[in-house]
Amino acid sequence: MLDISAWFNDLLAGNTIFTADTLGYYWEGLVTTTQLVFLSLIAGLILAVPLAIMRSSKHKWISLPVYLFTYVFRGTPLLIQLYIIYYGVVFIDGIQETFLWPVLREAFYPALIAFTLNTAAYTTEIFRGAIKATAQGEIEAARAYGMSPRLMMRRIILPSAFRRALPAYGNEVIFMLHASAIASVVTLMDLTGAARFVYARYYAPFEAFLFVAAIYLCLTFAILFFFRYLEKKLLAHLRPQDA
Amino acid sequence: MKKLLSLSLLGLAVAAASSAQARDYDNVRIGVDVPYEPMEFRTAEGELTGFDIDLGNELCDRMGVTCEWVEQEWDGIIPGLMSRNYDAIMSSMTINDERREQVLFSDPYITMPSAWFAASDLGISEATEETLEGMTIGVQRGTLQDNYVTDNFSDVADISRYSTADDMVLDMEAERLDIVFLDFPIGQSTLLESEEAEYVVVGERISEPKEYFGDGFGIAFRQRDEALAEQFNEALAEVQEDGTYDEIFARYFGEEDAE
Repeated sequence: MLDISAWFNDLLAGNTIFTADTLGYYWEGLVTTTQLVFLSLIAGLILAVPLAIMRSSKHKWISLPVYLFTYVFRGTPLLIQLYIIYYGVVFIDGIQETFLWPVLREAFYPALIAFTLNTAAYTTEIFRGAIKATAQGEIEAARAYGMSPRLMMRRIILPSAFRRALPAYGNEVIFMLHASAIASVVTLMDLTGAARFVYARYYAPFEAFLFVAAIYLCLTFAILFFFRYLEKKLLAHLRPQDA
Repeated sequence: MKKLLSLSLLGLAVAAASSAQARDYDNVRIGVDVPYEPMEFRTAEGELTGFDIDLGNELCDRMGVTCEWVEQEWDGIIPGLMSRNYDAIMSSMTINDERREQVLFSDPYITMPSAWFAASDLGISEATEETLEGMTIGVQRGTLQDNYVTDNFSDVADISRYSTADDMVLDMEAERLDIVFLDFPIGQSTLLESEEAEYVVVGERISEPKEYFGDGFGIAFRQRDEALAEQFNEALAEVQEDGTYDEIFARYFGEEDAE
């Protein structure tokens, strides 16, 4: 342990930018970014499954509202959505007195809400495409077995739709990680916020941003790796068989 | 590879330096971070104005050059000077040692203390580690106020950093911030004169230690542009001599003295 800290101090010796202090900011940023992206993806996923089912409904009055939601959130920049949710809400009279304020007061939750709604909209459309692409034969077979629409959705359509959606959803996760870089505009100290802080304090754009780019690359690799593993497991039946 | 990269960068720098020396300025581009009322801001009609703007234009007139104002967010304002997006910075920049390593400063043209601002019902009369414990402090990212607060209060309080002073004032009015640390005149014109709520100055105005608060505001230039800085200094002395300076000062700060 002592060796490691000594080695670490040697590594940092004579370095004015990457001191223990600034590395602390980067670490704090890594934690914030990870929390924000992970939580918004989980919440977005949970929202997206029922929304995707509604969106593929034959009834207009069910699918249309969901379509409007995805249209608005996919049709406007995430940065604008974040501005509206963070700065916009304070212009609602008396918002400070409502039960919502303790949540909206912190920069973290408005950012989380904006990211969740945004990823939910994209994920809904990804799932809807996958549901629509279910092979007709599978549906006919399910009907022939006498499955109710509900059971058929649960046992036949959704499981195969999830598999089909996996590669596209992996991309969405990576996009979300990169989109989270805008969190620093609402004072959150995420990875990009830490880089901007170091940049502004030491006037060192190359060091500050190259370092943070390297961290984003590592995170992206981890996500890629995870989805490749999932695809290998879940899409095994699609691979060519060995003789 | 690394060596190659730094060599080529060096080559670029040398090329840039030699062309810069050959350059005679008859059009000076000045970087400014807007809004920062009353130093630099836009009127309702969208016209750029403020103490820095008026003084800068006056200086350019005296030097017989045309000034062009280039807007740049604060946290990138020194890198923008280095990358030649503009030739000078006149944007309420305090002269201090940390910045002297990066840029060349003119003589100080005004001295401004910093101050803490809070809603009148916050109930503290002084900003110390004890009174600020657990509070959320707002500062503009990369300012000397940011450095001061980061070094002195980051253990006891939360610090929210903003790109512009405007966003910070908005969050103060939204009650997301408990207290902000700002250049005094900026807080005065944005918060003390606010109609949204009643704000007060907490404690004394602060201009010590010099390590943070420096020696007043200066115009910043690239280190090699000594001739340009000298021109500005001469024009500044002239303007202060003949009373034009006092006239511009009174336009934005009334009769109150600059301390």
